[in-house]
Amino acid sequence: MIHALDEAAERLGLHIGQPLANARAMCPDLKVFDADVVADVKTLSDIADWCDRFTPLVALDPPHGLFLDITGCAHLFGGEAALLQTLVRALARQGFAVSAAIAGTSVCARTLTRQSSGTIVADGGEAAAIDRFPVSALGAGEAITTGLRRAGLKTIGDVASRAPSEITARFGARFSTLLAHALGQGDAPINPRKPLPDYIVEKRFAEPIATDTMIAMTLSRLADTLIASMEKQGKGARRLEASFFRTDGVVRAIMVETGRPVTRSAVIDRLFRERLDALADPLDPGFGFDMVRLSASRTEIVVQEQRDLDAHVHNNDELAALIDRIAARIGGKRVVVHLPEDTHIPECAVLAAPAQHHLAAAMQAEWPARVESEPPLRPLRLFDKPEPVTVPFATVPDGPPHQFTWRRAKHAVVRVEGPERIAMEWWRQDGKQLTRDYFRIEDAEGLRFWIFRDGLYEGEVFDGDGKPASPGWYVHGLFA
Amino acid sequence: MSGARTSALATLRGQIERIETAEVVHQHDRVALGHREADTALKGGLARAAIHEVFCEGRQGAAATGFVTGLAGRVTARKPLLWVRQDFSERETGALSMSGLAELGLDPRRVVMVRAADVESALRAAADALACDALGAVVLELWGDIRQFDLVASRKLTLAAQASGVTGLMLRMAAQPLPSTAETRWMLRAAHSPPGSAWSAWGAPRFDAELLRNRHGPCGRWIMEWKCDECQFSEPSTYPQPVAAASAHRPDPAVLRRAG
Repeated sequence: MIHALDEAAERLGLHIGQPLANARAMCPDLKVFDADVVADVKTLSDIADWCDRFTPLVALDPPHGLFLDITGCAHLFGGEAALLQTLVRALARQGFAVSAAIAGTSVCARTLTRQSSGTIVADGGEAAAIDRFPVSALGAGEAITTGLRRAGLKTIGDVASRAPSEITARFGARFSTLLAHALGQGDAPINPRKPLPDYIVEKRFAEPIATDTMIAMTLSRLADTLIASMEKQGKGARRLEASFFRTDGVVRAIMVETGRPVTRSAVIDRLFRERLDALADPLDPGFGFDMVRLSASRTEIVVQEQRDLDAHVHNNDELAALIDRIAARIGGKRVVVHLPEDTHIPECAVLAAPAQHHLAAAMQAEWPARVESEPPLRPLRLFDKPEPVTVPFATVPDGPPHQFTWRRAKHAVVRVEGPERIAMEWWRQDGKQLTRDYFRIEDAEGLRFWIFRDGLYEGEVFDGDGKPASPGWYVHGLFA
Repeated sequence: MSGARTSALATLRGQIERIETAEVVHQHDRVALGHREADTALKGGLARAAIHEVFCEGRQGAAATGFVTGLAGRVTARKPLLWVRQDFSERETGALSMSGLAELGLDPRRVVMVRAADVESALRAAADALACDALGAVVLELWGDIRQFDLVASRKLTLAAQASGVTGLMLRMAAQPLPSTAETRWMLRAAHSPPGSAWSAWGAPRFDAELLRNRHGPCGRWIMEWKCDECQFSEPSTYPQPVAAASAHRPDPAVLRRAG
C-alpha cells in the first residue's frame, strides 16, 4: 500500500492507498521506502517547533498539516505576503515540499493549500476563492467525497449553491459545518500545541549568536524587558521558558519554575544560569541561534508586602529563593518538604511534595503530636522497601525473634518492646496485604531496629497446599 | 608600580580582616548541648556559624543520624533546617523519616530535604544553602569516602558558614576522617540502654560520642542521651527509663522468658 508519494510519482498516475503491486506494474523502477509513522509525527512536531518563531499559536493538523494563527503577528515579518514567502522558502531550503495559504478561517486555508499554494485570501473572499475547487479539497473523507461526486456536485461552488438543510440531511451536520467554515461562515478554533504564554519577549539576530556570554547577555536583557512589562500589571512569573531557535531549525526550550512569583530580572537571570550550567546535555548552538525567546507561561499577581520590619517574611523569601535556585539546578522534584498523611501504615504516613509548590502548606501542616515521656515509637531511618531478615529457629508464636540475620550479619536480640500490631487498610488496598506485628529491638551492640513479622501465625500465611506457613520477618527501620 | 602593589596589599589585608572578624563575630555564639562535660569541653556549647563533622561506621548510620538530628535541633532555634543527602545513603541506611524526627522532638515542618543524585550536586547545594542566612542549620549527609570533599571544599563551606551564621553539620557515614577546617569532629556509636533494666524496657536514644577533634578545647568521649521531650542532650540516666504504656497485644513476659 502506498502511504505517501512525491510529485514525480503523482505525475505517473500513482495515488495514495494504491496497492504496491499495482504501482510496480505501472512503474517497474519505482523506489520504495518503508513508511515510518512515528518519524513522520516527530518531523511534523519539529517543524511545528520551528514555526513557533512566527506565532506562539501553532496547531498540528495530522498527518501532514500545520495551522498557524498569525492574527496580529504578520506585521512583524513585513506583512502576510512576506511572512508566507519567508516561511515557504525557509522550509523548502530544508528539503520539504510545502504548500501554504493564508485565509480568514483555518478550514478555508487548508482547502486552499491543497489546490493553490501561496494564495492569500482577504476576509470575506473565502467563498469566491474556493468555489471552483473539487470537493475532495475539503478533506471531508472518502465516503462523503464520493457521495458528492455521485450527486453531481463536482466543485465546492456546486455544493455551496445547495440549501444547507439538504446538505445536512444527506451528509450530516459535521460536513455542513465544515463547509460553512470553509466558506468563511464561522470558524473552528484551532487547538494550539502549547498554551499561550502570558508574556513573551524575544530577540532576533541578523548574525546568529553562539557564545555563552552572548547567550547569557541576551537572556538577561530579555529578562529586563519581560519584568518591565509584567511590572506594569503587577504580575510576577512562576514559570519561565527560554526557547533557543537554531539556524538549522532545531529548537531547544528550557523551563524554570519558581515557588513564588519572580519580580526581579536578576533572579530570572540567576535561575537560568544555574539551569544552563546543570544541563545534562548542554545547549548546543551548532551554527548559532538566530532567535531567543523568553516567555512567562504562568504568572501571578504579586502582593506587595512590607519587607523591612518583619524578619519572618524576609526569611521565608530567602528560603524560597534558595529552593528555587537548587531546584533549577537539580530539578524541582528533588527538593521536597513533607506533609503528614492520614494513615497509620508507616511507609505511607509522610508525603514528600516538591518544596517549590508546597512550602507554605508544609510550614502549617498539622503533625500528630508525640506522646510525652515515651521513647521514640517510630524509627528515624525508614527503608522504602522493608528488608527481609532470616530468623534462624522457630520462636514462640506471636513472639519476637531471639536472633536474626540482616545483611549477612547476625544480631542477638537483647531488648524487645512490642508487638505493635498494624493491620492494613482493607477499605483501600487492591490486593490482600498482611497484618504486621512490629517490634522495637536492641541488639548486643546497642543498635536499635524496627522489625516486623509479615502476617499472623496460622491465620494469614499459607503455603502452596493451603497449609499454614511461617510468616517472613523484615527490618523496616532503624532507631537512633 | 609601587602604588599598584600597595593597593593590592590593602585589598588583601581587608580580605583577611573580613575573614577574621567574621570568625570573631560568631565566636561567642554557642549553644549548650545539655551534657555538662561535653559543654565544658566545647567551651560552653556547640559553635554556631561553623562546620561540625560527625563520622560513623556504616552500620552505625542511624545512631549518627540521631546525634546529628539532635545537634541540628539544638542549633536551629526555630529556623528552617535544610537536609542535603545523596541518593546512595538512602539505599544504605534508609530514608530520614519525618515521623521519627517528630518522635525525637524536632519539628518536621521546618525541614526541607534536598535529594541530590550525586556528591557534586550535594556539595554544591550545601554550599549554596550555607550562604543563606534564613536557615538555622544545613545537614550534609554523605556516604563513604569522598575524594571531592577535600580541604578546599571544606574551607569553602566554613567560609560560607562564617559569613552567614548558619551552622553546617556533616554526617559522614562509612567514611574515614580527612584533614578539614571543621570546628569539631565526632565519632559516633550507638550506646546500650541502661544495664539492669527489664528485657522489655528501653528508653531515649543513647549515643557513645567521641569528640576526636576540637579546635578550641580538649577532646573526650561520653555517653550522651537525647531527651526527646526537652529537645536536648543529657548525662546518661542510670535508672531505667519509664516503660512504654502496655499495649493490647503485649505477650506475656513469663512466656518469653521460658522460651529464651
